[in-house]
Amino acid sequence: MRPQLPTLDLVPLYPLLVVTGWAVLVLLADLFVQHKRALGYLALTGVIVAAVVTVALWPGVPTSFQNMAISDGQALFFNLVFLVTGALGLLVAIEYLERKDLQRGEYYALLMFSLAGMIAMAAAEDLLIVFLGLEMMSVALYVLSGSNQRDMSSIEAAMKYFILGSFASAFFLYGIALTYAAAGSTNLAQIGSWLSGRGIPKDPVALTGLSLLLVGFGFKVALVPFHWWTPDVYQGAPTSVTAFMSVGAKAAGFATLTRVLYSAFSPTFTTDWVTVAAVLAAVTMTFGNLAALVQRDVKRLLGYSSIAHAGYVLVGIAAASPVGVRGMLFYILAYAFMTAGAFAVACAVERREQSTTTLADYAGLAQRSPLLAAAMLLFMLSLIGIPPLIGFWSKLFVFRAAVEANLAWLAVLGVLNSALSAYYYAGVVVQMYLREPGRSPAEEVAFRPWRSALAVAVFLAAAATVVLGLWPGAVVNLLMGV
Amino acid sequence: MLHSIWLVIAAPLAGVLLNGLLGRHLGRAFVGLVGVGSVGVSFVVGALALIELGALPAAERSIGVGMWDWITIGSLQVGMTLRADALSLWMVLVVSGVSLLIHLYSVGYMGHEDERMFARFFAYLNLFVASMLLLVLADNYLLLYAGWELVGVCSYLLIGFWFHKGDEEQAPVVLVDGSQVAVPPNLNPPDSGKKAFIVTRFGDFGFALGVFLIWSTFGTLNFTDVFAAAPQVPTATITAITLLLFMGAIGKSAQLPLSVWLPDAMAGPTPVSALIHAATMVTAGVYMVARNHVLYDLAPTSSLVVAIVGAVTALYAATIALVQVDLKRVLAYSTISQLGYMFLAVGVGAYAAGMFHLTTHAFFKALLFLAAGSVMHALHDVIDIRRMGGLRRKMPVTWLTFLVGALALAGFPLTAGFFSKDEILLKAFEFSPWLWAVGLLTALVTALYTFRALIVAFWGQPRDWPLYEKAHESPPIMTAPLAILAILALLGGLLGLPIVFGVPNWLSEWLAPIFAAHAPAEKHMLSVTTEWLLLGISAAVALVGIALAYWLYAQRGDITARLTVTLRPIFVLLINKYYLDDIYNAVFARGGQRLAALLAQGLDKAAIDGIVDGGARLFVRGGAWLTQFEDGHIPHYALGMFVGALVLVAYLVLR
Amino acid sequence: MQDVPTTWFLLLGAILFTIGAVGVLVRRNILVMLMCIELMMNAVNLTFVALGRELGSLTGQVVVFFTIVVAAVEVTVGLAILIELNRLYQTADVDEVAGLKG
Repeated sequence: MRPQLPTLDLVPLYPLLVVTGWAVLVLLADLFVQHKRALGYLALTGVIVAAVVTVALWPGVPTSFQNMAISDGQALFFNLVFLVTGALGLLVAIEYLERKDLQRGEYYALLMFSLAGMIAMAAAEDLLIVFLGLEMMSVALYVLSGSNQRDMSSIEAAMKYFILGSFASAFFLYGIALTYAAAGSTNLAQIGSWLSGRGIPKDPVALTGLSLLLVGFGFKVALVPFHWWTPDVYQGAPTSVTAFMSVGAKAAGFATLTRVLYSAFSPTFTTDWVTVAAVLAAVTMTFGNLAALVQRDVKRLLGYSSIAHAGYVLVGIAAASPVGVRGMLFYILAYAFMTAGAFAVACAVERREQSTTTLADYAGLAQRSPLLAAAMLLFMLSLIGIPPLIGFWSKLFVFRAAVEANLAWLAVLGVLNSALSAYYYAGVVVQMYLREPGRSPAEEVAFRPWRSALAVAVFLAAAATVVLGLWPGAVVNLLMGV
Repeated sequence: MLHSIWLVIAAPLAGVLLNGLLGRHLGRAFVGLVGVGSVGVSFVVGALALIELGALPAAERSIGVGMWDWITIGSLQVGMTLRADALSLWMVLVVSGVSLLIHLYSVGYMGHEDERMFARFFAYLNLFVASMLLLVLADNYLLLYAGWELVGVCSYLLIGFWFHKGDEEQAPVVLVDGSQVAVPPNLNPPDSGKKAFIVTRFGDFGFALGVFLIWSTFGTLNFTDVFAAAPQVPTATITAITLLLFMGAIGKSAQLPLSVWLPDAMAGPTPVSALIHAATMVTAGVYMVARNHVLYDLAPTSSLVVAIVGAVTALYAATIALVQVDLKRVLAYSTISQLGYMFLAVGVGAYAAGMFHLTTHAFFKALLFLAAGSVMHALHDVIDIRRMGGLRRKMPVTWLTFLVGALALAGFPLTAGFFSKDEILLKAFEFSPWLWAVGLLTALVTALYTFRALIVAFWGQPRDWPLYEKAHESPPIMTAPLAILAILALLGGLLGLPIVFGVPNWLSEWLAPIFAAHAPAEKHMLSVTTEWLLLGISAAVALVGIALAYWLYAQRGDITARLTVTLRPIFVLLINKYYLDDIYNAVFARGGQRLAALLAQGLDKAAIDGIVDGGARLFVRGGAWLTQFEDGHIPHYALGMFVGALVLVAYLVLR
Repeated sequence: MQDVPTTWFLLLGAILFTIGAVGVLVRRNILVMLMCIELMMNAVNLTFVALGRELGSLTGQVVVFFTIVVAAVEVTVGLAILIELNRLYQTADVDEVAGLKG
């Protein structure tokens, strides 16, 4: 008998392969290239190539790679979100690292490896791939968080992220084991069919597995009570890293969470996880907003705000309907632009010797740098959910899905939370527009919109915030096909 | 022009871009030209569209102008669509007309600002106009909500515009008569702006929920579709929707209990107070109720709530205005009170009357604010009326125009305010004599506080001599808008003369296609005698109020003489007829003042302010309490996660 | 070995996992905490192997290979961060690394 090689259909993994290969390329180029800034642009090229590949795969290809990976519309949409985030993160970093004297080749390679992990997570059709993608993303992010070795808070952030992240990963892994015990497989589709066919309702093993998986996801996307690391790490990590991971890690977590819940734990356990998701969403958004009220540090404030937004996204998942999923996808895209944009502005405002920015640093930004302030104003208004910006639609979609799913109380709470969040977002705007500049102009890092990569990132994010708010139809139509 | 109605919004928006991006390089004259000119374009386009609409048969006077498909999800389709009908175009005309005058005035008023701030000011102001016109022209609830929020943002940026004004303590000023007047610290503009934004957000929370409920109930958000389907919907749902929408109106239009932000909003430049916090934005709530009159007609409970909130607010704010010493604050409370009248009108179903008062109020309140601004301009930002006095000699145009505004506000017979207020009182009487009585009492207090302010500021002798010496009349670019507004405040009443005058009520008829069910001719229940009687009573009340103010605040020989000469027939009549003795003075007037002071101090500061501020503080305290668990220690975080995991497992397994 | 019921392995895995988790909670030395996390991972590995045997599927065994690699990567990165931490803070006591809070 001739030994037969398994057919490895790698088509759905092309974006992943491009990013991984390019990351290795960047790593190798690092040995020869003197101007590390060029490596940033090299990485950016890779991201663009991967985006092109992703678009070429639209509207998706069937499951392949031994049924372990899938590139359906949802995965490809998430790929685009990751790649957009990666591109913004790279643009921000090129400028930011230069200013901070942190310009190094590994940074770009690690960012791309982390991106590869995210893409793997979104494409995963098997819990093992989920775990590998998760670790690939996380380990790279641990290192990136600590990439400013001169800064104590950067190292502290890396340490916290690492210990708590590994702790959560252990729970996640145990969750995989228990799910495997309950369903006899780690393949999501097989788990789903097994549980709905022969599974026992209220099977304690499966439910424990589900809970532990939720712990892992809850950690990555920062759901209360697994959110503890978020503000500390967001504040401590170099701001360019925060801009990237605040969006990327969260989006990846939600991408996989959705898939796990919808294909593996539905319909047998739908009622179970819907209740949990609804309660977690309520607690998370309320906690995030309340805690953000008292923050003076803008990165920390945005950290808590990102917790709140994780709660809003979870509302879409809790709706357990196609409408909810589409709302969630739209929300994550909106969140990517708003949050990455806001952190990009934080990068621009941060001075060389600082590692973070307090509210006072934004005083009079509208006079010092009107365009930067205008962009930040847009991000803040969009995060509040003021029409006609993109953040308005994202909230509308998820809350609408909640109402349709008989979770009206959650929608009401969400709207109340949005009203509450205005308080701290407005605080940033007050600083920028309604306070005298505290710094002398000499201290200010000159922000030249037409010359800096950072400005390109800010501009792109701001433009998307407005344009997709005025014409959300394009994205909605795209999501209809997902 | 009707189909190019989008130009009305596009013109000021173009002004925003031009002034916002390039303004500081273009010079003051150009910035002013762009600011005024763009709003002028809006006004002209609006006027032409109105004429064009008027040429159409009444039944066809509603044109939807679609720009693009905003969003389509499932069955829901929301367009970037503007609706030009009698109501919206009328509002366009009021908003752009008053804005035009105020823009013109601002060129003079803001002339001392450096070029950067000057350009910024006009960019904000134009953005406001564009947003307000978007709100007014919206064809669906989402667009309305977008305009609703954007005017809020502009208002907030403009309140805080003079953020550099500190709140440092100042030494008391010694007046001519030897008494001392403490100089209150300036309002902190950024805080005021933030307060406005946050307080109104709580109203908007209700508004957003209302829009949500409409979407859930009707499956559409277009006005026409919702109104068509409304009769088939259970009353309870409509009541809930209308009450939620009204929550938004309470916040935006500063009604009880969310009224606290408006007086503080006076920290903004005076043209802003005139435009946003008197003439236009704050009336958005009234417009919204009028726009949704179909729903409010179906929900009598909500309408009753609207009417009662309006009436109570009207009286409440008027009494407070009685004791303010800051001229702009008097006007701010007066605005709250007048908005209360408008809500009273729309609450009792007199939508046309509400819109009428909205219009005349826009004229005379903008006039009063601009005149107050002219005073501030002359007195280097002093706004305490106790330090004024005798200003009529130094600033004749300002004085005369302020007088016209005050007469209109007080409801002096035959001014614009008289007719519009009277129409409201008439309709309130038809609905319930109790509401009418409250409205009438308010009218009395209104006349009293208006003329108190007028007399103390402009009449008598100068009380702060150095200040008086410096005073001068404002430049023509500021006085010209005053004059135009004064004419409008005098003659605006012609738009809606009472039926009993035997002439058509033009505004009512113009708006009749919108508020068809409430055309005055069809629902005319009062007899002509009653109507004349009511008309007479409100005229008398206004006159009594004015006389009382005169008697209380200006009774000094020389002035009395001069005033009697000026307005002899009226005053002789009034003083003789309503002569009240010293006991009455001591008991009623003083007592009433004390009550008002109590209201101002106790109720407004402690209770209402306290509840709103306290609510905010509660949340902040909650946040502070929660963040103490974020103590930075990894083991604590791990413990939190571990306990969370245990709870999650226990819940899922045991439930 | 074949006589030991799978339940026992699973129970042992659960106990080891708990010991590891509690270790993370109570120990203050970062190195020890790292070891505890390793213990948790390996407890899961044991569970996987036992389950693979019970279910007669190879998945359980294969997963363990990947997990071991991942654990090794984590330890490497963790130690690297620990070295940096020690350089800046001169300590491995986790309670002294609590500058970011609030």
